[in-house]
Amino acid sequence: MAKVLMKGNEAMAEAAIRAGAINYFCYPITPQTEVAEYLAKRMPDVGGVFLQAESEIAVGNMLFGASATGKRVFTSSSSPGISLMQEALSYMAGAHLPCVVLNIMRGGPGLGGILPAQSDYLQATKGGGHGDYRLVVLAPSTIQEAVDLTFLAFDLADKYRTPAMILGDGMIGQMMEPVEFPEKVTTYNSHPENWAATGAKGRRPRIQKSLFLDPAALEQNNIALAKKYEQMKREETRCELYKVSSANSVLVVSYGTMARICQTAIDELESRGVSVGLFRPISVFPYPEVQLRTEIDKPNIKTILTIEMSMGQMLEDVERVAGRTKPVKFFGRTGGIVPSPEEVVAHIEAVVKQAKG
Amino acid sequence: METQSSPIFQRPTTLADVVTHYCPGCTHGIIHRLVAESIDELGVRERTVGVAPVGCSVLAYNYFNVDFLESPHGRAPALATGFKRLRPDMIVFTYQGDGDLASIGMSEIIHAANRGEKFTTIFVNNAIYGMTGGQMAPTTLPGQITTTCPIGRNTADTGMPIRMCELLSTLVTPAYLERVSVHSPQHIVRAKKAIKKAFQYQIEGRCFSLIEVLSTCPTNWGKTPGESTEWLADSMIPYYPLKAYKDSGVEGQSA
Repeated sequence: MAKVLMKGNEAMAEAAIRAGAINYFCYPITPQTEVAEYLAKRMPDVGGVFLQAESEIAVGNMLFGASATGKRVFTSSSSPGISLMQEALSYMAGAHLPCVVLNIMRGGPGLGGILPAQSDYLQATKGGGHGDYRLVVLAPSTIQEAVDLTFLAFDLADKYRTPAMILGDGMIGQMMEPVEFPEKVTTYNSHPENWAATGAKGRRPRIQKSLFLDPAALEQNNIALAKKYEQMKREETRCELYKVSSANSVLVVSYGTMARICQTAIDELESRGVSVGLFRPISVFPYPEVQLRTEIDKPNIKTILTIEMSMGQMLEDVERVAGRTKPVKFFGRTGGIVPSPEEVVAHIEAVVKQAKG
Repeated sequence: METQSSPIFQRPTTLADVVTHYCPGCTHGIIHRLVAESIDELGVRERTVGVAPVGCSVLAYNYFNVDFLESPHGRAPALATGFKRLRPDMIVFTYQGDGDLASIGMSEIIHAANRGEKFTTIFVNNAIYGMTGGQMAPTTLPGQITTTCPIGRNTADTGMPIRMCELLSTLVTPAYLERVSVHSPQHIVRAKKAIKKAFQYQIEGRCFSLIEVLSTCPTNWGKTPGESTEWLADSMIPYYPLKAYKDSGVEGQSA
């Protein structure tokens, strides 16, 4: 299929349709409202359900009810709206129900602002709502990758019967780039006939629930969830290395839009004869720990530099993986301020000098 | 003379054969039975999905031989919306108490009703939070004693009890809103008619129906079951009149 020029929000909406999502519940919030506007027109083409709800709390719970049918379900929002969906996401994780949620992050806390930020990393990767659970979380850095990860998110949600999140920032949602959609889409079959609520015909009733008043049963449910997360850690970690070589003394760790700006900065540094490598996590839960540790352990690496559009959230994962073996430094801007490549170049250069010193 | 041994009264197929967790004198059991009988008589058990609330009836899913979803507190109408929109061929009902529906779930029920979602809500109003041990609900009567209004509900501080059927009847879309009670055999017969009609309307594809059922809570009211039915009749019904507030099946009332 030929490439088409699309805005990130619209491209991810189109990808969700092609991945087989036949319903979408929404509540308007900047900077992701184009997803809703696009699907309001597009959903009728595939005979799907488009419904604007009264709140993000209702959106999350409509998603819960819709997911119980066994069909592919989808919604999108931005930071404050995602906070309101945490209730339903916790219940769905507990009830082992799949769904895909797109979070186009803006600056916070509170109402914050409407410009791009990476302010919800901890909320997305450490559970978000109450209870002992995680989401699958994928972080695209280009519109093409956002499209590809939308397909993957639906498959992983179905494979593990869990809520999955695409964690993009406002830049990913608002930017336009050429994208290509796959000609043929093959989707993971979770065999909903074995678990969905379809009517108790010729079988015992099925209960989609997260309530277990017997502590032993509740512990078993938590153990079942933990097993899924362990399997994800073995099978689903994804990352990309950029200009990683034995000439690097500093390893930059960055994701999403910020990683892309780091690539531009690394190219600039290379033209000045400074060799720096980038480690870009694509799955931020499960976090690509093994791959990152391998890079950090290389003898040429003296310092690790985490760069984010936040005050330091993924930093906690990088520090955890690095342990006390090597120093982990941090640079971040937030509030909707996207660092320029020049700003990043200057910062990396200073860290490289220190590492050599 | 030929004798026949066919049963004249038995447990509805839709009602599970299990021990109840409800307190002695609580009328949830009667309401469960009326729902189960209606589903049996309409022949829709195998394509029915229930949505349970948070509250005493959180375990409703243990008592019905149908598929069930267990909702977060107050959100049952949102779950039912999501489910029914994708499976319009299924019969969907929510079963919610007054704390669940009239307090934390007020937004969800109003908007589901206003959109005319094609499911049925059984709203059980016993004027108190039962599961958590008897706290004030939006439906608690003026002066009624609960653990969070120990000297009686002071309406100067907390407002007057919310009448859900009256409130929802201002909406254009709902197909059927009726308040019934189950404190006497005659009232149970009328309640059954209303509940069955609400499911019948859903089968016909009509918009949203809600049946409010006045119910007892002897444990948290601090009364015997007998005193409870009397209190319901004497104190609740005057404030919560029993009648159909909206019925699209009646001429002149469209939905």
